Amino acid sequence: MANLYKCPAAPNLTRRFASSRRDFLRSTAGVVVGSAMLGSGTLASGIASKKRKVVVVTFGGGARDQETFAPEGQGNIPHLMNELIPQSSFFTQVVNRGILGHYVATASLATGVYETINNFASLPPEHPTVFEYFRKDRRRPASDAWVVAPSNGFNRIGESSHRSYGAGLGARVILPKHLLTAALSSGHNDYQHLLRDNYETPFYAPELGGREVELQQLERILNLSVEDFKAHARTLSSPDELSVYVVRQLMRQEAPSLLWITMHDIDVAHAGAYSLYIDGIRRTDRLCADVWKIIQSEPEYAGKTTLFILPDFGRDSDDDSGGNGFQHHRTGDALSRTTWMMALGAGVRENLVFDRAMESTDLVPTIGAMLDFSPSLAQGKPISELA
Amino acid sequence: MLPRELKPEHFNGYPPEARKLITQHLAALQGLPLSFVPNLLREAMDYDFKFPAERKALEKEFANLQSLSAAEQGNDWFQAFAKITLSQHLEQTDWVNLPAQFVEQLSAHLWATHQLDAFRKAATDYSNRLHAAVPQDPPPVPRLGIAVIGQGVSNYNEPLFRQLRAHGAYFRRIRPEGGLKALLDVVAARARSHPIPYGHWYIDGGQQAEQFPALTCISYHALEPVRVALLRKMRTEIEKPGMGPEALRTLLAQMSPSELGFSQSEDRVLERFQMKILTEGSGTQVFATTFAQWTAREALHRAQPCTLLVRFAPRQRQKPMNELLAEKQDQVELDPLGSLMDADMGAYYNWINQQRLIGADQSSFLVWFENHSEALAIGPGMPRGTESTTSTDLGGLLSLIT
Repeated sequence: MANLYKCPAAPNLTRRFASSRRDFLRSTAGVVVGSAMLGSGTLASGIASKKRKVVVVTFGGGARDQETFAPEGQGNIPHLMNELIPQSSFFTQVVNRGILGHYVATASLATGVYETINNFASLPPEHPTVFEYFRKDRRRPASDAWVVAPSNGFNRIGESSHRSYGAGLGARVILPKHLLTAALSSGHNDYQHLLRDNYETPFYAPELGGREVELQQLERILNLSVEDFKAHARTLSSPDELSVYVVRQLMRQEAPSLLWITMHDIDVAHAGAYSLYIDGIRRTDRLCADVWKIIQSEPEYAGKTTLFILPDFGRDSDDDSGGNGFQHHRTGDALSRTTWMMALGAGVRENLVFDRAMESTDLVPTIGAMLDFSPSLAQGKPISELA
Repeated sequence: MLPRELKPEHFNGYPPEARKLITQHLAALQGLPLSFVPNLLREAMDYDFKFPAERKALEKEFANLQSLSAAEQGNDWFQAFAKITLSQHLEQTDWVNLPAQFVEQLSAHLWATHQLDAFRKAATDYSNRLHAAVPQDPPPVPRLGIAVIGQGVSNYNEPLFRQLRAHGAYFRRIRPEGGLKALLDVVAARARSHPIPYGHWYIDGGQQAEQFPALTCISYHALEPVRVALLRKMRTEIEKPGMGPEALRTLLAQMSPSELGFSQSEDRVLERFQMKILTEGSGTQVFATTFAQWTAREALHRAQPCTLLVRFAPRQRQKPMNELLAEKQDQVELDPLGSLMDADMGAYYNWINQQRLIGADQSSFLVWFENHSEALAIGPGMPRGTESTTSTDLGGLLSLIT
């Protein structure tokens, strides 16, 4: 008992991490501190909310400062540092005060409320999601809000159980790994490792039904034949790469106004191999830049899209004896709760850094202000520098 | 049930020595809050299978609880724990016989009710107070930790030991010949000079170099039959309807050594320790580098050895998606370069975990790139953040820090 816990989250620690990111960004990327600018950081987008689009990418599943924005980690994120940050407003101190499990934390990001659902159960969020607010207030069809998620555990993320929203008002959810399962012929066992769903327990991959539905998604919505999809999957190195491939097809075929992509490769850290964790960060860095390039190259998105990139949360610090460093996110310490967010594209000023504290629940109200809907049950507040 | 209702017969299902320890101090437990007691029982329940250092710590903790007056318990030591609000469901669980499951459910409850930070603070304050009231005994000889990394890597041009360099001296002209044997000889000599049960360890992420009767030895290779049996069991279980990650974790926690094919050796303590490494450690079943790091962490945390040598070995290569989708490939490939990166970080974690033990200011640490000329030494007399071009062998380097 005596050696179970150490070092509770402390506000001064939280600020220290944020400061290190800000100082680094100022010295390296030449960005300007937002609070020093006259007026707010908001830039009139000139895009009517009806035409505006929002893409959210979660930099998952959780990375620490020392492997990303701290000086010793910068080599792992060259695309964020050199390509995206100069075009973005960067928020150094995004605190997640909720449960640090990937599904429940993503649900909290998507609802603007700290959800308390079981991280490992197939349950919908209890509060309305950003997709439901958007579709109900703006009277948008199901095809206008999509989630691309890595694991079967996210299949309920698009639609809450809230009685005033819920059924029929959520986002459509596409699970690329599930698509791949459906596309591959039965008896193919070599890809079980790839389909592993949850890095916290080796080899765990819950089954979902609906193979026929999945194949219809492939052919009708993504306009891909099963053979083309399989052939392309064989050229990719990770599930997140498959997700970005699906995102590209989705943007071309459906062009949703609200698109949410959750990355997951980094969470291989749970297996305890540091080099694989670093590989995951480097790949996710590259894929974020790829998403931005797709946005800029697709006519339906170019010039009218705001992109948000943020981790769902961090990982445990090396100093907390209750954890095992980068491997997990179990202690709830300051490092695992404090993350960052960058916003770029339509309506966002470039090359600014803001170091005031905000919460991860502020995302939904901010998107609401951009897309002209009212997330009435969300706990967060619109980010004034963006909304 | 609440702790005040505890009776001796509630512990009839406990192993004999654990039952004796707990029932001797039952009056003290009855006055403690429920948010605390199952955490203590989870540790005490395994008393029969604990290392000597753990047993001693538990005995001291119980004795300390017994010595506290009711006012001290209520007002000073456990007030913060008593303020933690628990659910009726938690109160009704069989937390006496299943304390580990209670703690898992308590953890979920603390996260969901935003009480985790309050609980962490209560636990940290308790830990600090306990260590002040009941100081740990210093080791009979200053601790020595050794990490050997990079087995199988012929060339590596990136800087090594980056996390540790600020804490010690970096040597670039080590004579590597006979290095591993020299290190093992020093470890064995310390074991002979200070014969303490579980006081001197050799953990190998691959195949053990030699047999050393005086050392506590664990290797990834020797546990292969157990690992295979465990993975087979896990695959079988996850195919069952309704099985989820939490249920699987609970099931693994309840397994006994015999279910995993341990050979019922005379050393039940070590056998149980090895089983927990594989059933509770994430990734220890599949990656040799994770196995070595996690085993070292647990050995330091639990057995608090005077000497610990950890030799990392290459883990299997993580196949990218395109290869997994290709034709069936049964052959396991190794990833020596990735494993070197893993082990470099693992060595840093070994040092951190060693420094958490009493006597840290007198402890020494050495990390060596196996069969190469790079090493780093940390010790009371070793200048920090320095670099040496002195040519020496590993025996000579060890003599500088021990």
